[in-house]
Amino acid sequence: MTTPTEVENPRSEPAAAADFFAVNSIADASVSTGSATTKVLGWLTLAGLVVLLVFAFIISPEDSRETADGAIIGQFDAVRLLYLHVPAAVFAYVAFALTGLGSIIYLWKRSRWWDHVAHSSAEIGVVFCGVTLLTGVIWGRPVWNTWWEWGDVRIVTTLLLFLIFVGYLAFRSVPSEPRRQARNASVLAIIGALNIPVVNRSVEWWENRTLHQQSTLEELKIEDATLLTLMIGFAVFGLMFLWLLIHRFRVAWLAEEVEQHGLKQALRRRREEAQREAMVS
Amino acid sequence: MNTSDATPGHLSLMGILRTSWHIWRKDLLIELRSRVLLNQILPFAVLVLMLFAFALDGDSTTLEFFAPGLFWVAVLLAALLAIGRSVATEQADATMDNFRLGSSSPVAVFFGKTLVILTQLLVLEIVLAVGVIVFYGARLSEPLLFVSTSVVATSGIASAGTLYAVAISKLGVRETLLPLLLMPALVPVLIGATRAFGDALGTAGVNGWQWLGLLGAFALAYLTLGALVFGSLLEEN
Repeated sequence: MTTPTEVENPRSEPAAAADFFAVNSIADASVSTGSATTKVLGWLTLAGLVVLLVFAFIISPEDSRETADGAIIGQFDAVRLLYLHVPAAVFAYVAFALTGLGSIIYLWKRSRWWDHVAHSSAEIGVVFCGVTLLTGVIWGRPVWNTWWEWGDVRIVTTLLLFLIFVGYLAFRSVPSEPRRQARNASVLAIIGALNIPVVNRSVEWWENRTLHQQSTLEELKIEDATLLTLMIGFAVFGLMFLWLLIHRFRVAWLAEEVEQHGLKQALRRRREEAQREAMVS
Repeated sequence: MNTSDATPGHLSLMGILRTSWHIWRKDLLIELRSRVLLNQILPFAVLVLMLFAFALDGDSTTLEFFAPGLFWVAVLLAALLAIGRSVATEQADATMDNFRLGSSSPVAVFFGKTLVILTQLLVLEIVLAVGVIVFYGARLSEPLLFVSTSVVATSGIASAGTLYAVAISKLGVRETLLPLLLMPALVPVLIGATRAFGDALGTAGVNGWQWLGLLGAFALAYLTLGALVFGSLLEEN
């Protein structure tokens, strides 16, 4: 059996963008999702994580202040969880927004490239969203004195967003005709992404029963070292998101190539068989 | 759907209304003959009301206080069955494909199917309303708000339900996947309708009409979204 020299490419993606996410041909035995770009990104992420841990646990102070009557109040060491919680939350939202965007472009341009971006981004978004919820619950116990607060609109809607995209991934995990799946998944993702503004503005929209602090960043009330650590957290999570996204995208791309390759092989084999039968008769 | 092949008549407002009406009539005719809503879904919804009473120890004060929420949870559970059924009837003979072959506007198909579920759920809600009054001792203090909330909230449930159900209609796992996809999307309806009913049944000191506004916005958003994307969902590969 000979390897087919060229697998024609039915997709219509922007050339430069395709190059950035490019993977080796499926015929290449040493196919991998790694490349020079991802290696740099991967090492930067790893180094960033180390720096983040040092800042989070050693350099940044614990949260405490003295009230007028001399009592010491604050979040104490629990504040360190926020360096994970806040960046994970922000990039979970970024990921879901990208899924929404990719889905809109897919429905518009019908480019499989964007469908893979949407799918990959949703997977990372669900993981980040899970990290957000988990760290939030652990943080809430010492600081709010409760694991979960149904009256807090933001955590409830984040859980909802998490479940919506778990549903999206469940839909994507069911094998079906690829183009139909991509199309219908896009519709589901767009509906899901429309929930992001609802989540974001929910504090104002629904009853103001939230325990969440109102955007501490904007009021610049937090300490310098704390703010710097949080910024490092954002940068590291940004790198990690990009790094995971590229790898996950390439896995999705290769999976599709393998599927098409397998189909072509089977067709070729059947054709050869038919030719042999024709020659014999 | 390739709109250039369709005659303009099918795309006019009257054409859309006519097609929606035909689909509505067809599905209600199927219901009149099969009686699935009457014999299966309706008794199930009443059964759910009974289960809540057992779960809450049959405490009449608790049941009356939580009647609005329990009512809407019962509606959502029954809606899952009604929506699943509505899509299944089209799936058996691939009628969705026939709609396309008959160059029906996807918008009309969407509105028609939404209208069918809306009608069926409203009938169900009349029975459930009697149920919460009789079983839970709920008192109707604002009938107009009660009826408006039912119609508007159910429009949201029906339009979102139709959209999700058709999106997954070709999958073998659609029965198990529908609740996972649909229920989170319907949470705003559950919150809004429960609050509005709290006002209508006099159990919550809130302005129910404001919540009705939220429900209206939700229904309008899903109706618009459905009209926009339904064509993509019906497309053949």
